[in-house]
Amino acid sequence: MKARVTVTLKTGVLDPQGKAIEGALGSLGVAGIASVRQGKVFDIEIADGLSKAEAEAALKDAAEKLLANTVVENYRIEIGG
Amino acid sequence: MHATVITFPGSNREQDVARALRRAGARVTMGWHADHDLPEGTDLVVLPGGFSYGDYLRCGAIASRANIMAATRRHAARGGMVLGICNGFQIACEAGLLPGVLMRNAQMRFICHLQHLRVERNDTPYTSAYRQGEVIEVCVAHGEGNWVADSQTLARIEGDGLVALRYCDAGGALVDSPNGSINAIAGIYSPNRRVLGLMPHPENLVEPLTGGTDGLGMFKSLALAESLLEQA
Repeated sequence: MKARVTVTLKTGVLDPQGKAIEGALGSLGVAGIASVRQGKVFDIEIADGLSKAEAEAALKDAAEKLLANTVVENYRIEIGG
Repeated sequence: MHATVITFPGSNREQDVARALRRAGARVTMGWHADHDLPEGTDLVVLPGGFSYGDYLRCGAIASRANIMAATRRHAARGGMVLGICNGFQIACEAGLLPGVLMRNAQMRFICHLQHLRVERNDTPYTSAYRQGEVIEVCVAHGEGNWVADSQTLARIEGDGLVALRYCDAGGALVDSPNGSINAIAGIYSPNRRVLGLMPHPENLVEPLTGGTDGLGMFKSLALAESLLEQA
């Protein structure tokens, strides 16, 4: 079973990396970009034998304990087939 | 005063802070991130500067989950002292020893320069050798020093007098933080003022040969903290 955890900065948290990327896209002449926020994606392979509910619990544990700093970041869990 | 300086993979300032502590009269043991316990009799745990785990994931995030950090949290919970400098401050925040988080510098640049700081209070184990409001000059060297917290946390830190050091000019007037941190905050205490995290490097300025001695007061304060404890 494959899963994806996406970590993004909470609204209102300054994201200088996103700003720099936004500026670089502008200087490359890429039109139509209003703003950029940078996040992180974790592609995770779930160990065999876990149910979808168990996998979700394990991923929530991983996100809370390490993948996201919930002071400034949100996370989203997606479990694939 | 028995200080234990922890080395994590990627720490690079552990010898400097150990040297500063010894110079001030403290006894120093080097600790290892993978150990489960602190050396017997540790009064102070030092989380040194550097780039633990190459700043992977978030600065200090992986180091903050090391074995030794569980022991360090127990030490802090007993009222033990913990000093986090630069990457050590980032580790302390990630470990939940201090509130908030250190984000990428707002100006998007790594900063490395001498910086004036105002010592906000001198009734702590870290600052007793300084005067209240004293301006010291030490250096900053970091890319992620923009301390961020929610508004309630910030109000509590300010209201309870837990700001340890602020960025200022030579006369002590506050300046815009070189990294964007709010209220010119350079370092903060835990509520019992036994845990200190700061971005600047006082351990760099402990002898005239290498630019000044303004940082030595912090280590002299810590060396004196032992006798305060013994009398108590």
